[in-house]
Amino acid sequence: MNNNEPDASGEIAQDRDAPSPDASLAGNQQDRMQRLAAVRPRLLSFARLHLRQNTAAEDAVQDALEAAIEKDASFSGRSGYETWVFGILKHKILDIMRAQKRQGLWQPLEDESDDDAIDRQFQQSGRWQKEARPSSWGEPEAVFENERFWKVFDACMIVLPDTQARVFSLRELMGLTTEQICRELAIKENNCWIILHRARLRLRSCIEQGWLTGEDA
Amino acid sequence: MIMCRRATELMSQRLDRPLRWSERISLRFHLSMCGACCQCNRQFELLHRAGDRFTSAPSAEEPSSSNQE
Repeated sequence: MNNNEPDASGEIAQDRDAPSPDASLAGNQQDRMQRLAAVRPRLLSFARLHLRQNTAAEDAVQDALEAAIEKDASFSGRSGYETWVFGILKHKILDIMRAQKRQGLWQPLEDESDDDAIDRQFQQSGRWQKEARPSSWGEPEAVFENERFWKVFDACMIVLPDTQARVFSLRELMGLTTEQICRELAIKENNCWIILHRARLRLRSCIEQGWLTGEDA
Repeated sequence: MIMCRRATELMSQRLDRPLRWSERISLRFHLSMCGACCQCNRQFELLHRAGDRFTSAPSAEEPSSSNQE
């Protein structure tokens, strides 16, 4: 149990007047509750990107928050608290995805058939189509910090075909390896690479349209 | 000599598996001559970090799960 949260807020400071172990424990818990409330919107947008359904995302976040409160004592303090909560949410999301798959709620995985949206970006020769040639998005660090960029990103994730979005989010947001993804989805690794390639090309094209035509560009 | 479409396949797979030596050479050679593919490569790399925005602390699993050379 970590009694020395480095960035403890005002709650803890007040407890210094009454330094009994019980009071400081309660202070820690209250501090955690505030941090949970603060991280909730980020948890929710993370869950939405994976589950693509508001209700399912809300349920997953609710479950994760309850589990975080319940398991509070098992937070070791080695990782950041928010990272720990995200870890719980990731497990919940994976459970939900597995259940959805078992219940046959997923569209069959697309096979290696052609993807028109990708074909349209390239000429027959394999060169970029003139209007599809990638442009600069600006300094990566500045882009990464820009809230509007992530709004465009989220919007583009929503219009991505289901399978591409699912594989992309497992890989790039959840951090699974392609080997793990293949096991989860029962697809061949080669197929996984094809899907990721398409997802990245579609996303970059969609983001570029939304990002560079926006008001800050 | 690979074309842009194939180059984007390699720059995508580079983020998911170690490329073979010949693939690395082909990709590097193509990137040295193609500005559009260089931009695409930067964009893929940025997308590859998309998860970091949620767990702003450096993610512990990132180095082992990515196979960048």
